[in-house]
Amino acid sequence: MSCWETLADYGLRSLGVGERLLPRSDFTLCQQVVLIGSGLIWNIYFGALALTSGFVLATGLALAKAARSRWLRKPAEWFIFLFRGSPLFIQFFLAYEALVMLPRQGIDVFGITVETAWLTRAWAGALIVLFLNTAAYSAEIFYGALKSVPKGDLEAAEAYGITGWARFRRILWPTMLRLGWPAYTNEAIFLFHATTLVFFSGFPAFQQRGDALYYANYFADKTFNPFVPYPIVAGYFILLTLGLTLLFGVANRRLNRHLAPNQRPRLKLRPQIIR
Amino acid sequence: MFASCADPSLLSGLDWLACYLTSGKHLDFYRSFGTVLILLAVTAPVALAFGFAGALAARSQLGLVSILGRGYMAMVRGVPDIVFFLFFVIALDQGIEWLTHQVRCPDWTEPIRNGLEFRVCPQAKVPPGAAPQSVHSLYGFGLAVVTFAIVFGAFAANVLLGAMNAVPRAQIETALAYGMSERQATRRVLIPQMWIYALPGLSNLWLILIKATPLLFLLGVRDVVYWARELGGSKTSAYEYPHPDWRLYYFLGLLVFYLLMTRISELVLARISARLSRGQATMAGEAMRKAGATA
Repeated sequence: MSCWETLADYGLRSLGVGERLLPRSDFTLCQQVVLIGSGLIWNIYFGALALTSGFVLATGLALAKAARSRWLRKPAEWFIFLFRGSPLFIQFFLAYEALVMLPRQGIDVFGITVETAWLTRAWAGALIVLFLNTAAYSAEIFYGALKSVPKGDLEAAEAYGITGWARFRRILWPTMLRLGWPAYTNEAIFLFHATTLVFFSGFPAFQQRGDALYYANYFADKTFNPFVPYPIVAGYFILLTLGLTLLFGVANRRLNRHLAPNQRPRLKLRPQIIR
Repeated sequence: MFASCADPSLLSGLDWLACYLTSGKHLDFYRSFGTVLILLAVTAPVALAFGFAGALAARSQLGLVSILGRGYMAMVRGVPDIVFFLFFVIALDQGIEWLTHQVRCPDWTEPIRNGLEFRVCPQAKVPPGAAPQSVHSLYGFGLAVVTFAIVFGAFAANVLLGAMNAVPRAQIETALAYGMSERQATRRVLIPQMWIYALPGLSNLWLILIKATPLLFLLGVRDVVYWARELGGSKTSAYEYPHPDWRLYYFLGLLVFYLLMTRISELVLARISARLSRGQATMAGEAMRKAGATA
């Protein structure tokens, strides 16, 4: 079987397209590279969707945490503490067990039956957990950035008569993003790394459709040889990390385009926020 | 445990719950919290030592040592840590068996890696096949500790190298000007001063280490996650204490445990930070001095 045939059979295996059975013997290097790469689709799916949706919630949470009103501040603080203070691994388990307890036949809302079975599947359930988790971590970053927005910027805005929503949209928010961006880049990278936990925690891989690490683990278990599949995953993730760094670098340049080139903060990858 | 628990089917209400929560398996569950704490207590210093060695190697003048140190530090940046956890446990296990095989059975002619099998001679099995179960679980736990130490050592090396670079350059230059050798300057000036700069990063790392402990479950150790799944699963009337699926409550318990650990650590670390800032030429130290002067 040539490598092209393997690619056609297993290239989209993680989505359930192509050959149904996973290889069971005579594992080739090509099969491992293709299947693990196919699993990477899930990592990108979880990472990209959680990051974009989490970004919106994180902005709201950061503003709530910086708010003067207790009724806004306390819930935001508790939410952030809950998700940052506990292991993501446990959060996955807990969410799965909680979602499984929902009634099988769906919930009646004003006569309309809402299906609940899909929530226990990884593509939805794990995505919700990752969304809430990254929102909490990003909110803390944005909160820190919000606190360090220069006072002078806000005074200048007021002097020009910019207040309320316009002040937030044109002064506060862009400055907050600009200041928090290097840390947020780190958060994004480690969120993608965290997506490898999905199929090792509560959420089962439906019909062996798993992520990159799921397939790597499959090969390592079958061949008793960890020295091939795990370096392949590592290679894929290094590429993913490089791609993300480039993408966030573009955004970083755009956010800082008003500054002189030597004043622009550089993105530095600091491994600090695994969870 | 209690005499009244002899026949659980006769019990009800709180008595039942009290007996249920003190059954033999539950005592094992409580002990596994000790496993987590032992792992933390053992891993933290070992990882710190690994990190220290890594950071010093990265600063070395010798090219090869420096490359090794930098490679070790760069390892955790691009690749998810869980890949290392899964990889090192097998790789270390096979590496140790391979080494003992080379020492004990030099005459063995069959290939070790034959198709899908990894086979060493029987004398080289680690731990020996006849060893009691406790030795096997201890060995598994040891492998987990080493794996944690390698991965977290790389994180710690990043923090410590940053801290070493943060010590004002003039301090080292002064030491050199006084005639200290490079090594003396490192030992007497650099290392004592770097801790205050390393503290925020190291406290962060400690919190991360706490949150990484449930990964023990993936390494095959019977830890809190294992027992929570085991005990929480629904039990039919064939068991002494039948109950429906209670895993949700067990995991809620674990969540509270980890939140408490995080909270307590945060409070303790804030104290240590305050203590180390005293008399330092940093913003926190200056603020303390001013507060002391006005009071």
